[in-house]
Parts: sequence; structure tokens; C-alpha cells
Amino acid sequence: MKTRNNKAWFLVLPVVLSVAFSAVVPLMTVINYSVQDIIGPDQKVFVGLEWFKEVLRDPDLHGAFLRQLIYTLVVLAIEIPLGILIALSLPARGWKASLSLVLIALPLLVPFNVVGTIWQIFGRADIGLGGHLLASLGLNYNYATNPLHAWLTVILMDVWHWTPLVALLCYAGLRAIPEGYYQAAKIDGARAWAVFRFIQLPKLSGVLLIALLLRFMDSFMIYTEPFVLTGGGPGNATTFLSIYLTKLAVGQFDLGPAAAFSLVYFLIIQVVSFVLYTVIQRTTNPAAPRQDTP
Amino acid sequence: MARIELDGLAHAYGPRPQQPEDYALRPMTMTWQDGGAYALLGPSGCGKTTLLNIISGLVRPTQGRVLFDGRDVTELPTEARNIAQVFQFPVIYDTMNVHDNLAFPLRNRRIPETEVRRRVGQVAELLELTGDLKNRASGLSADMKQKISLGRGLVRKDVAAILFDEPLTVIDPHLKWQLRSKLKQIHHELKLSLIYVTHDQVEALTFADQVVLMYEGAVVQAGTPQALFEEPEHVFVGYFIGSPGMNLLPCTLAEGAAGLIQIGGASSAPVQLPVAAQHLERARDRGALTLGIRPEFLGCDNAPRPGAVPAVIERVDDLGNYKMATATLGGQTLRAKLPEDAAVVPGAGWLSFPPEKTKLYADSIIVR
Repeated sequence: MKTRNNKAWFLVLPVVLSVAFSAVVPLMTVINYSVQDIIGPDQKVFVGLEWFKEVLRDPDLHGAFLRQLIYTLVVLAIEIPLGILIALSLPARGWKASLSLVLIALPLLVPFNVVGTIWQIFGRADIGLGGHLLASLGLNYNYATNPLHAWLTVILMDVWHWTPLVALLCYAGLRAIPEGYYQAAKIDGARAWAVFRFIQLPKLSGVLLIALLLRFMDSFMIYTEPFVLTGGGPGNATTFLSIYLTKLAVGQFDLGPAAAFSLVYFLIIQVVSFVLYTVIQRTTNPAAPRQDTP
Repeated sequence: MARIELDGLAHAYGPRPQQPEDYALRPMTMTWQDGGAYALLGPSGCGKTTLLNIISGLVRPTQGRVLFDGRDVTELPTEARNIAQVFQFPVIYDTMNVHDNLAFPLRNRRIPETEVRRRVGQVAELLELTGDLKNRASGLSADMKQKISLGRGLVRKDVAAILFDEPLTVIDPHLKWQLRSKLKQIHHELKLSLIYVTHDQVEALTFADQVVLMYEGAVVQAGTPQALFEEPEHVFVGYFIGSPGMNLLPCTLAEGAAGLIQIGGASSAPVQLPVAAQHLERARDRGALTLGIRPEFLGCDNAPRPGAVPAVIERVDDLGNYKMATATLGGQTLRAKLPEDAAVVPGAGWLSFPPEKTKLYADSIIVR
């Protein structure tokens, strides 16, 4: 006969409690808000999908969504190739490798709001090195008033902050390629481009998809750095989804629409991440047996 | 196709080699004849892969020269040498199908596409890969992948030699035989020079016309499989080749009485062994002596025979198609491989040493 041992519940209780308070309860609250109109402390009306309809028709949200999409695509298009390029040019071993890895990883260690502050000051024409340099070159650079300048600064900041992650992942992927592949390529007379195209890139596909997934999720949810740098301005030029959401929820206390918006936002990220994750699973565990690496 | 010469070749992975121990490959000079099938045999870490990589140009030697048909190629990079190499782990290009894998070395050398297709077709025919040309290479089994690696070498017209670095390590045992006979067939048909690195003596002895045995970075003997078996020039050759290896008995020349040998220390009784007197004389003062005889040649009997030496037969094991007798002589253990029908039982016995098969080694090197 099997004896039931309920002690396991005691062991998982801390996790259940912390997940409940950090994720489940807030999510339920958001769902709750999204279908009600909260008029006052004890006055609420059930409105069904009204907020969802309103949010999905909101032109400001459409604008923010479009900006978000462009922003994410642009940073991915820069960071992934740049990360690969940096990884390829790093030394493979020795103290130089360790040193360059540490230097490259530095931006990843800076807190998000500090990243925003660094670039905010760096870009200022009066006290910032970068802004001053551009001004002395005769460029009328001002991220606070020019939307294009604001965009360029925000993208540059993201590239500075997150390309190291892509580079580190690719670097690890490159080091995992057995030496035999490079030797065989030499025997086969392959030039550098062919080595990259037919050995390195296929062997990196797994880590690249992970990098893509991480960078998609993070850049799609970006908030702190552009908020610190531009506050979403000038105008709405750099108001991305998270910033707009915060304006809606905290600035205007439109909890209902903000909650509905959060759920839609959450759903988009879930779906795209799920798709990417499925692709990763397919690529890294193909049905056919693999026995090619030692 | 080319004759490959190694001239004073040596390699050390560390900087500034001083002692012989610093070298992964100790200075050597040797010639690999055009069209020969060579096996480079030796235990792991003896320098065989280093030697192979120097020939293919993947490693630049610390000193010495590599010559192809008299032309110095020491400074040439791998791409510029007409060498093909097959590695221990099959290397295939995952994203390409089998045809493109085979075509890769040709396309890299800008051969016209019609010619590429023709040669890939020929090689696929030879390796029995024709049916798989359109399949993706990454899904194939290890032996198919290794065939593709080999095919990438064969597809080039200009190769001077194909080097194999333990190519059958990851292949299933029952497929090893097939692939090895395929290699022999290709060698016969194409008359290519093959250099085959392995630590498996069966593989080396069945594959090659010439076996080069390496030990601690040096070539200890190069010769036909028969020569390595019957006339080991170094105790390591005796020990390494054969299953079990040669019986190696540390011995000393008996004081006083000429022509007698003491096996197993000064206290043991000197025995008369059929070693030529001039050999014994020549071995004097040349270092520690070792007597070697292969188990296949050592006679073992319960009854005395002329010239036989008394010993104790400890055990007789029946191994199916032969018997293995284990005997002790002067505290040393010897094995004798006997026919299946040999009527030998444990107890008192006599060991006979055929004169032409009994070898004497001084400081590990044969005395002639």
C-alpha cells in the first residue's frame, strides 16, 4: 500500500505563496479591473469587454504600438548582426579573451535607470560629452526637441546596453564548435565567408534564436531607459507601449482601460515568445538523430 | 599523387624545446612512397595526429621540412597543399544536402559547375551514395557522414594523399569492416597515397602495406605488418603489436659461464637459450637486456624436449580456437599460444625457444 506523504506541500509552499503574490494575484486583479468601471472606492460597474473595445480603437495606442514595433525591429536588426560580428572578432583564448569579455559585459551590469541617466547626460549639448562633440562639429543635435534625434539616441542607447548580451551568447556558441570543423574547412579550401556561412552560422542558430527571443521580449517591454532619457517625448515621439500604459494607469488613473491594455500587451508578448520558442525547439532538437559532435 | 618526404621534422607545442621530452614529435626523417597505403599506429598521445596535421599543414612544424615530390611545402597553408584529410568525428555541413557537401571543395576552388556535377556523380557512385545525394546530410548516420567526409577528399582530382585520423572511431563495429574494405577498394582503384592514423593494431595491420609504429613522439619501427610482427626492432613494438604482446623477460648475462642467461635476477639458475654468442657479446655493456619471444612462437610442453628450458606451467586456458598457456620461468610470467588440440596440462613443463624467433634487446633496441 502506498503511504501518502503530504510534507511535499510544505516544501513547495514558499514558492506557491511568492508566485501567488507576485504573479497570480496581480494578474487576477488586472483581469478584474479590465472588465469593470471603477468610479470610486466602493463604486464599480461591470462593463464587460467595453474597455477592450475602447483600447483597441485608441489611436494613441495604435501609434504607440507602431512605434514599439519599429523600435524592436530596428534594435534587433542592429544588435543581432553586430553581436555576431563582435563575437567573431573577439580573441578565442588567453588573458585577452577574459579581458575583452569583462569589458564587453560592463553595460549589462549597469542598472536600467542609470543607463538612461548616463545617456541623458551624455547627449546634452551643455554638459554632455557626446552632445558637446556633436555641437562642436556644427550639428544642431537635441534629443529633447527633435524626434529623430530622440529616436537615434534611444536606439543607440539600447544597442550600447544590449548588444553585449548577443555578443556573449554568440561567443559561447562559437567556442562550442569543435576544432575539426575549421580544419575540415581548411582542407576543403573554404574561405572566411564560406566558413561563416556554412559552419559558424548554422552552429550558432540555436543561440541566435535564444538571443532573438530575449531581445524581442526585453525591447518590446522597454520602459525605464527611454522614460529616463526622454520621458516619451518630444511629444509622443518615443512613447512606447510601456510608457503609454504607465501614463494611462498612473498618470490618468484610467485603471479599466489600462488593465485591458495590459492584458492585450501581455497576450502579444506571450504569443510572439511562444512562436519563437517553438521555432527554437524545432531547430535545436530536430527529429533526425545527430551524432556529429564529440 | 606525390611522394611525401619529412626532412628532420620535429614539433613542440611549448616554446623553446630543450630536452627530447619537450617534443610532441621528435626529430625524424622519412619518406612516404607515392601510392602507398600507410598506417600510423601508436598509443594515444604518441604524436601521430600531430604528424598527420603537419603533413596536411594544419600544424606548422617547429623545425624541419615537408616535401611533396621534392617541392618544399612547409610554409604553404593547408588550402594550398593538395591534401585531403578525414577526421575522427565526421564533419559535414549541416545546412547542405549530400550533393552540395561533396561539391563544396570543388566549388571553393571555382571548378565549373558541369565538371562539379560530373565528379560528384562519380564519387557518389564509388561510395554508394548516389541514392542519398538529394538528402540533407545532417540527418544521416555516422558511417554515412564519414563516407561524405571521405568523398570530399576523393572528389578533388589533385590530391597528393588522403590522410585519415582515426576515421572509424565513431562507427558501429559491424560497419567498420564494410567501410575499411571500401577504403582498400578505393586504394586499389585510384592508386592514391593513404596515410591512416589509428591506435587499433588490427585496423592498421589489415589496412596498410606499411605500418609506422610511433611511441613517445618517435617512430620506433616502419615496415610491413609481417616485419613488425616477426622482427620487432624495439621492445615497444613487441609489446604493442600482437594479442597478447611479446613475452618480454628482463635478463642478465650469467657471470663466468659464456652463453648462459639469467632470467629474473642473479639468484636464479642460468639457462642455456638459443641466442647467438655474438649477439650476447654485442649486447654486453649496452644497457638493460630484455629477451623477447612472441606467444605464437614459444613452445610449451609437459615432456622435456631437446634445448627446452624447465619451467612451471601455471594455467592453460582454452580460448575456443586456440589454447593459452601461462608459465613462469625465473619468477617471470610467459604466455604461449598453442594449437587447440595441444595436450598440455598445468604442472612441471618445458619451454622451447626457436632460435630464429628469440630476440635479444639491449636498452629496448634489438641486438643484431
